[in-house]
Amino acid sequence: MTGRSERHAVLAVRLATVLALWGAWELLARSGLLYEGVVPSSLRVAAALAAELGDPLFYRDALWTAYEIVAGFALGTLAGVAAGIALGARRFAAAAAGPYIHGLASTPKIVFLPIVMLLCGVGAGSKIGMAALSAFFPVVIAAIAGMAEVDAVLVRVARSFNASASDLVRKVYLPSLVVPVTSGMRLGLGVATIGVLLAEIKFSDRGLGHRAIQHYQFFRVADMYAVLLATFALAVAANALMGRLARRR
Amino acid sequence: MRGWASSATGLACVAVLALLLELAVAAELIAGYVVAPPSAMLAALVTVVAEEPVLEDFCLTFGATLLSTLLAVLVGVPLGYLLHRRKLLGRAYESWIGALFSAPLVLLYPIFLVVFGRSIRVVIAMGFVVAVVPIILKTREGLAAVRPVLVNVARAFNASEAAVTTKVLLPAARPTIFTGVRLGLIYAMTNIVGIEFLANLSGLGFLVGELYDRYDIPGMYAAIVCLILTSALFYALTGRLERWVGAR
Repeated sequence: MTGRSERHAVLAVRLATVLALWGAWELLARSGLLYEGVVPSSLRVAAALAAELGDPLFYRDALWTAYEIVAGFALGTLAGVAAGIALGARRFAAAAAGPYIHGLASTPKIVFLPIVMLLCGVGAGSKIGMAALSAFFPVVIAAIAGMAEVDAVLVRVARSFNASASDLVRKVYLPSLVVPVTSGMRLGLGVATIGVLLAEIKFSDRGLGHRAIQHYQFFRVADMYAVLLATFALAVAANALMGRLARRR
Repeated sequence: MRGWASSATGLACVAVLALLLELAVAAELIAGYVVAPPSAMLAALVTVVAEEPVLEDFCLTFGATLLSTLLAVLVGVPLGYLLHRRKLLGRAYESWIGALFSAPLVLLYPIFLVVFGRSIRVVIAMGFVVAVVPIILKTREGLAAVRPVLVNVARAFNASEAAVTTKVLLPAARPTIFTGVRLGLIYAMTNIVGIEFLANLSGLGFLVGELYDRYDIPGMYAAIVCLILTSALFYALTGRLERWVGAR
């Protein structure tokens, strides 16, 4: 059971799986079992992907979506950490707010889209709002949980040295929140991405979500798959990056 | 006593917020067509419940959530078991399944619409796709964390493989598996409401979208409040169930 031969075996299993999935896809595409065009041949998807990656408009849409996600994610994270410290510093406040935060956190955020569109308009504002709203809850829950774990001795020592509120936040709370908040941020990035893409699908004139649904509406299915593949790859890469950052701490 | 005081404070804060919102709209600090004042929301709640098929939509959304999660359990638990038993498969696939977690699978809904037609099957299939991922991962995690001594004792008493699985492994992993099931339920509901809203299928998500399209703002707020209340209830109930399963 050496590590090397096992790695080879894992690689072989993965390769075999990719080939089997590819073969199954091609068979399905050629069998005509599903409506024509729903499962286009992988060659057509590959050609569409190449066309997308060569299209400057694809990069405009991808950058636009990334901007909306990053802006909303940053806002939601900041608000989540601030609210988490404010509530988590007092046990009583955390207990009083807890049920409402958890209740809202488990509500599908998409239903707030109409409100967000009324408040922030139908442009980038509503997408940023959806991302902020989505990212806020995992972060605030992680921050409150992290605040409950802050060593009470540290707080008492800081207080006895007459630390001001801002010292307490900067020198005690924030350093002990880094680990729980980064794991909350990882979840938050995922839901912020979904929030932005869904808002773009519902109402938008640019962005990857809009691009995918535009292809769908004109029944350019291979192009839609190409956009979806690129979007999935970007989302998975962003998540892996966040995971690496979280582990570096 | 403390718990009672904190929930009373929470309720009081919500009441004060509602009052402030009411005053802000009355004083025209916030436009009434953006934020419905709570009084109009309450009035709309009555008309929405009386005129819209709220109960039917509720049953559709939650029926679809439960059914898709049930399917996900039937598929996900055996798959998680397989990944645990065949270490090679587990090592090969775990990071892939983890990556599925972060992929916005909800974007697949147009394909499902074409394959299944505009029907409840789309909703169930989309719920299934997202619910099965945490169930597979948590089943594998739970099985991997079972103390080996339990399995060894069962083997020492000549228990068959099937008996080891049903009498030792699965019961020991049950709390973790249930955590996965709970995650699956919440993910399925999120996705299902999202598709109902986006694709104008029936259900609670559709109701919110339709009231917005009709520009019935107080009614839309009322429907959103209904949805928040039901998902909060859902969260609390499954949490209680999770503790109950864990304690047994």
